[in-house]
Amino acid sequence: MLIFEHSQPGRRNPTQAPPAKANIKDIPGRFLRRRRPLLPEVSEMQVVRHYTRLSQKNFSIDTQFYPLGSCTMKYNPRASNKLAMLPPFLGRHPRGPESSGQGFLACMYELQEMLKDVTGMQAVSLTPLAGAQGEFAGVAMIHAYHDSRGDKHRTEMLVPDAAHGTNPATAVMCGYAVREIPTDANGDVDLAALKAAVGPRTAGLMLTNPSTLGVFERRITEIAKIVHEAGGLLYYDGANLNAILGRVKPGDMGFDVIHMNLHKTFSTPHGGGGPGAGPVAANARLEPFLPIPMVGLRDGKYHWLMEKHRPQSIGRLSASMGNAGVLLRAYVYARLLGREGMHRVAEFSTLNANYLLAQLTKAGFDAAFPKRRATHEFILTLKKLKETKGVIAMDVAKRLLDKGFHAPTTYFPLLVPECFLIEPTETEAKEELDRFVAALAEILREIDGNPELVKTAPHTTPVRRLDDVRAAREPDLTWTPAT
Amino acid sequence: MPFIPHTDADIKAMLAAIGVDSIETLFEEIPERLRSGKLTRVPEGLNEMQITRLMQERAQQDGLYLNFIGAGAYEHHIPAAVWEIATRGEFYSAYTPYQAEASQGTLQLLYEYQTMMASLTGMDVSNASLYEGASALAEAVLMAVRAHKKARRVLMPLTVHPVYREVVRTIVRNQQIELIELPYCTEGGNIIPASLKRFENEEAAALVIPQPNFFGALEEVDELTDWAQAHGMYAIALVNPTSLAILKAPGEWGAKGADIAVGEGQPLGAPLSSGGPYFGFLACKESLVRQMPGRIIGRTVDVDGKPGFTLTLQAREQHIRRSKATSNICTNQGLVVTAATIYMSLLGPDGLERVAQACHANTNALIERLTAIRGVERVFNRPVFHEAVLRLDAPVADTLRALEDEKIIGGFDLSGHYPELGQALLVCATETRTAADIEDYGRALEGILGRGTRPSKRAAKTRSTV
Repeated sequence: MLIFEHSQPGRRNPTQAPPAKANIKDIPGRFLRRRRPLLPEVSEMQVVRHYTRLSQKNFSIDTQFYPLGSCTMKYNPRASNKLAMLPPFLGRHPRGPESSGQGFLACMYELQEMLKDVTGMQAVSLTPLAGAQGEFAGVAMIHAYHDSRGDKHRTEMLVPDAAHGTNPATAVMCGYAVREIPTDANGDVDLAALKAAVGPRTAGLMLTNPSTLGVFERRITEIAKIVHEAGGLLYYDGANLNAILGRVKPGDMGFDVIHMNLHKTFSTPHGGGGPGAGPVAANARLEPFLPIPMVGLRDGKYHWLMEKHRPQSIGRLSASMGNAGVLLRAYVYARLLGREGMHRVAEFSTLNANYLLAQLTKAGFDAAFPKRRATHEFILTLKKLKETKGVIAMDVAKRLLDKGFHAPTTYFPLLVPECFLIEPTETEAKEELDRFVAALAEILREIDGNPELVKTAPHTTPVRRLDDVRAAREPDLTWTPAT
Repeated sequence: MPFIPHTDADIKAMLAAIGVDSIETLFEEIPERLRSGKLTRVPEGLNEMQITRLMQERAQQDGLYLNFIGAGAYEHHIPAAVWEIATRGEFYSAYTPYQAEASQGTLQLLYEYQTMMASLTGMDVSNASLYEGASALAEAVLMAVRAHKKARRVLMPLTVHPVYREVVRTIVRNQQIELIELPYCTEGGNIIPASLKRFENEEAAALVIPQPNFFGALEEVDELTDWAQAHGMYAIALVNPTSLAILKAPGEWGAKGADIAVGEGQPLGAPLSSGGPYFGFLACKESLVRQMPGRIIGRTVDVDGKPGFTLTLQAREQHIRRSKATSNICTNQGLVVTAATIYMSLLGPDGLERVAQACHANTNALIERLTAIRGVERVFNRPVFHEAVLRLDAPVADTLRALEDEKIIGGFDLSGHYPELGQALLVCATETRTAADIEDYGRALEGILGRGTRPSKRAAKTRSTV
């Protein structure tokens, strides 16, 4: 039932609005609204009950194991949320003076410093609002760098075929043509193809490492050399930073600019699809181009770094400085972990992934790259199941929902047929991983005994498989009251 | 180990299952030289008690101020239930609803949100939100250029928030899109429709129409919309959602209605929070839906014919279309939209209307009180909604600093972005300001300027002339 279907004309919540109708007679009639908007007229309790019930129709980290590959669904500490929502932080206006925000700015400055250390970079801007905007910032900075040198012929951005869809989409938004680089059989970038592709038109290469294939790009130093020698720059997509947090610094791998997804690696949380935070870090070469505002420190006072301090900046990406409340959550998380805690993130996310891979292989599943170590995630291919039993990865994913587990990422990356990208994260206990293995093993037995049960899953969720074709062909995007 | 549950026995058993003797071995594919990444500038970890103390001290250091500033972010009452419900773990710790069967809560909520925003803006459809207002405007500009196919120019009035204009410039710069700035009338603080004649032959893809504009002034939206469409441009409405409870919806502007409506969603339940997280909203006519950026939720049925909700029209998006996507956007602002949907449900049409009216009346009262002080005057004579420009006969920056000592944030200093207006200040009083707050501001300003009220308080001065 929709909230609108609980609505009764004339029902109000007097506690939540000013008591009296105020005078607005100075606004001429031609500017005024004629028909009231379609907002529900419901009591406070009806609202609370409706949305509480809706929440219960979601799977979430707080209620289920959520091994969604490439998304780093780790525990979101409650302290991060509570402390980011202290009243002075919530009440601070973005255009309020610096002097009224020294406590907030201190957190932001220290977060910049910690992220510099983690990435091995020279400077950090916290401004980008999400991963995709961080990518945009990074690629726009590469563009600005070449422009500043009068190097106008670099029109191509190289992107491995395994990359996230945001990489090519971002390159296009920054005015580049995309050139795809193939991947070899072991999941590494095809070096011969890369060498053939680079040249005077190369603006740069966008790379995720560990890659979206769940393996570490072993020849990264060589790749960096090839791109740099051709005059291009290296952009690091920090989607998989959890795999190397506190172990390997992207700056040491030869990257010039990197974005991070704090909603993943710094657990800020995902919030049902945002808000994220996608800070960008750069080495000395690209540092002048970082987006503004940034936070500076002078004579013991924190202040905004704006156009006048940073004239070569690519500019602003939002009306203020990023998703400030998300950044505060990341700050709290970083301080709770501390140096040692961060070192352990990579260790234990890697341990959990390799354990899960070992156990699932023993249970009869096929690794996509059996000769490789898992990083913080790994890929299974269910190709054999499709060929022998007619059961596809989507069926197994849906059956997992019946067993109380969120499905792994399915059908991404596109290079591996019938794939599951599985990322357990460091915050899951061994028992939970064992239960997940047992559930998948049970599904294999079900496929042998009663494949229809799996092919028609899920059976226990609030709705069963939805008609996506109808949704796209006859879009029903807003509710209309019956007349 | 913070948030890592492994016991020594677990680690041993897991390593044995993998067939290695140490965790270090799991990193053997990473070249040795790269594995040195010891952190030096990250401090030792704190426990929750220690970080709580630290954050409380930092928050206390910032303190609480009386806000008379808007300029794109507005302090409104947020019902307690809004964030209580929005931060339930099932909303807070879920991901983008790719697995529809396991995400019906988020999906249905977003469908309800789309319905509310489409209705509030008077448009056919809404997406499931964008990051925030300024970047949402950039997305609207890109969308109009894509849909137009021929022109790559967009008319951008100087009455649009100056920071929004900067953001749009940053985002569209590398796509050879030209932004043409439109001047405003210095008496009214608005765009004079007749002055657009010289832009008739610009072959632009769109005209951005802010309502209310950055100065709080009301634009002649009907004439501007008709003019844009008559000259082959899309009309992009940039609106404040609270204002739409009383101001004409973009879908009703002019003869045909605006084509795209976009704006900052923060007033609908998001705290000021130093600028985010907020959300941007974007709604449009049905004919443009396939050019929309961002997530869109549709209602459909499951295999049993039961209604359900799913991400739809994904053929526009980066994870399917890659380099041919409408935008690189991946996330929306799910959690803030959750709050906004609960906020709009709690207020309802009557509540939101009362909030808008109270904001407007309070701003009028503020203008009346402040312009009663000698040396403080209204700059523009147009009708406004809940924000207005005042001019001081003293430096604005110094005055604001002095007000800050009295714990008052007195407004937004316009002298940097609009030097032609002199020592001008943009002020706002939402429904959260009381008569006593307004009086406090008035007294403080009198003290700082060193003078009292005018001998004859002319209330008429604050009434707009049309």
